[in-house]
Amino acid sequence: MSTTPAPLVIDQLIDDRRTRIIVCCGSGGVGKTTLAAAVGLRAAERGRHVVVLTVDPARRLAQSMGLTSLDNTPRPVTGVRTGGTQRSGSMHAMMLDMKRTFDEIVESHADPDRAAQILANPFYQSLSSSFAGTQEYMAMEKLGQLRRADEWDLIVVDTPPSRSALDFLDAPQRLGRFLDGRLLRLLVAPAKLGGRTGLKVLNASFGMVTGVVTKIIGSQLLRDVQTFVSAMDTMFGGFRERAEYTYRLLRAPGTAFLVIAAPEPDALREASYFVERLERDGMPLGGLILNRVHRSPAARLSAARSLAAAEMLQGLKDSESSALGIAALRLHAERMRQAESERRLARRFTAAHPLVPVAQVPAQPDDVHDLNGLRLIGAAFEAN
Amino acid sequence: MLVSVRDTDWDGVRLHVVSGKGGTGKTTVAAALALALASNGRPVLLMEVEGRQGIAQVFDVAPLPYEERRVAVAPADHDRPGGDVFALAVDPQSALIEYLEMFYNLRQAGRALTRLGVLDFATTIAPGLSDVLLTGKAAEAARRKSGGSQVYGAVVMDAPPTGRISRFLNVSSEVSGLAKVGPIRGHADTVRSVIASPQTVVHFVSLLEEMPVQETLDGIAELQEVGNGGIRPGGIVVNMMREAELAGSKGPGRASLGSKTRDTHALEMALKAAGLGDDQGLAADLADELADEARTARSQRALRRQLGEAGQPCYELPLITDGIDLAALYRLAQALREQGAA
Repeated sequence: MSTTPAPLVIDQLIDDRRTRIIVCCGSGGVGKTTLAAAVGLRAAERGRHVVVLTVDPARRLAQSMGLTSLDNTPRPVTGVRTGGTQRSGSMHAMMLDMKRTFDEIVESHADPDRAAQILANPFYQSLSSSFAGTQEYMAMEKLGQLRRADEWDLIVVDTPPSRSALDFLDAPQRLGRFLDGRLLRLLVAPAKLGGRTGLKVLNASFGMVTGVVTKIIGSQLLRDVQTFVSAMDTMFGGFRERAEYTYRLLRAPGTAFLVIAAPEPDALREASYFVERLERDGMPLGGLILNRVHRSPAARLSAARSLAAAEMLQGLKDSESSALGIAALRLHAERMRQAESERRLARRFTAAHPLVPVAQVPAQPDDVHDLNGLRLIGAAFEAN
Repeated sequence: MLVSVRDTDWDGVRLHVVSGKGGTGKTTVAAALALALASNGRPVLLMEVEGRQGIAQVFDVAPLPYEERRVAVAPADHDRPGGDVFALAVDPQSALIEYLEMFYNLRQAGRALTRLGVLDFATTIAPGLSDVLLTGKAAEAARRKSGGSQVYGAVVMDAPPTGRISRFLNVSSEVSGLAKVGPIRGHADTVRSVIASPQTVVHFVSLLEEMPVQETLDGIAELQEVGNGGIRPGGIVVNMMREAELAGSKGPGRASLGSKTRDTHALEMALKAAGLGDDQGLAADLADELADEARTARSQRALRRQLGEAGQPCYELPLITDGIDLAALYRLAQALREQGAA
């Protein structure tokens, strides 16, 4: 069993003009947003016309890309080095505004009066701003829009900070199913039930059902839902269709998923689930990026020898240089131990998924908040 | 009667809500806190609300059902035996069935409603209903009595991440869209009184990184805005600290002499004394490592200061590199106790 994975060369991926969509996914706190921005910048500086769709960037990172507000519109990023005339790329970035995106779908599918009616509905308002899964759904919707607009030849998507990395694959369909759902229709339009076989049981106990639902959620909300559903009636088919379009887009050959993980047990476990899920769904997996890997420039000195040397110094006469030596040797030993435990985790992942290519991105001493920081990360994308 | 012999920062608190940005180790800290609290001798309930089965993973047991199960025993404190830690994975639908059963004797109906997807519908469609059911279960467990005394010494909730915590706990505005009168409304009022009382605190788990620190500070500020009187913020747990970070002012980052040339020169002498003088470039490489550490330490000190300015007690927990097992949880629980968190 091999524990050396194939290298994931991100430069190859972004230099390949057939790559049109890169989806960065992984559990929370692994540096997805920063990596998505670094991939976007690197691709732009290598000649691609890139748009980066981010969901929830750190303020300073957003500012570094020229994003000062969440306005749902791609903004040009200044300071991108476009090199020679042969390969002049460009970079845009945008922050997702999920409510705005939802509103736009409504506006584009309904006549103005009906759209206004839907937008003012209290149930719609809570659905579009707080429904679990709406953010994921809207991120995918936006991705579909950007792809259809065809103004960029590469779209880099940063997935929402879900409770689980898998949420964004499931949520769009869940929301689509829900909006399109039979139960929703049954509850709000019992009269249409008619003599449909198989639903008679439900019909018989329908009074009880609505009774309980009213008790739980209140009659006002139920009325809001009823108005919402009848106003949206013509759009329902559209929701499922759109969700399916994006799902197909994600499975298309021009898409690559980059699964991002920190070299930590939880993040790698989540990455494993994600890789398995992508394989099961036939999604094009680009590979795993191990982010924030610790490396030592003095790896030739092992942790054990380093600690032994520190102990030896401790027995000597106290001096400025030996105090510094002890500190440096101890620190080095800790770094080496950390690097070893990271390697062990990486080997474990590769043993379970031997065919998944892996790239490593070294930990940066500071948080990244400018294009130079992103460039430093991008330096790890080249073949080595 | 059992009286705690030692003061902790949270005496009298019955419900500990643990939040934190994703990736900060919220579940692990919640589990360690539950163990630490159980060391006082009383049983503690540890509950999760996000359907992730994180507690089962941390304690390495089979996935938890909707049932309070014993998952661990806290270590004894001197001659007093440790209390049991029970765990519960709450999901909105089961909580709703339990609730319907309690108030309407609707057990059979509950099953039919589940089969038809009605409960799924209700908990999905009604904004805030799920949250009220989940926080409601925590409030119920925290107040539950048997034979005149509390069943649990404390309840620890592994709560949603920082970005969602205020909304999650803001029961009163959450259900404003729901029934104005009726059972859920009454239920919500009870839940709110528990959450808003000084017997409930919200702890934040952070790392010494920019985003988690920012979210922690935002989270604490948002708690003050919830409802009329706000919700009481708890401690800040700085998690996954490396040895070098825990060493603080004695850390290697402070040892640097301030310039790479001086460091390299001093290290050359030290390495020679330690018998490592043969490797020509080693001193320079170690000086690089030291400089890196000094930079990290500097930005972390600034972040640590920012967290301190929030005015809440801060606790520091070491990084566990070999994976979380029961022994590691005991170690973290001990660290929390030593720092007065339990």
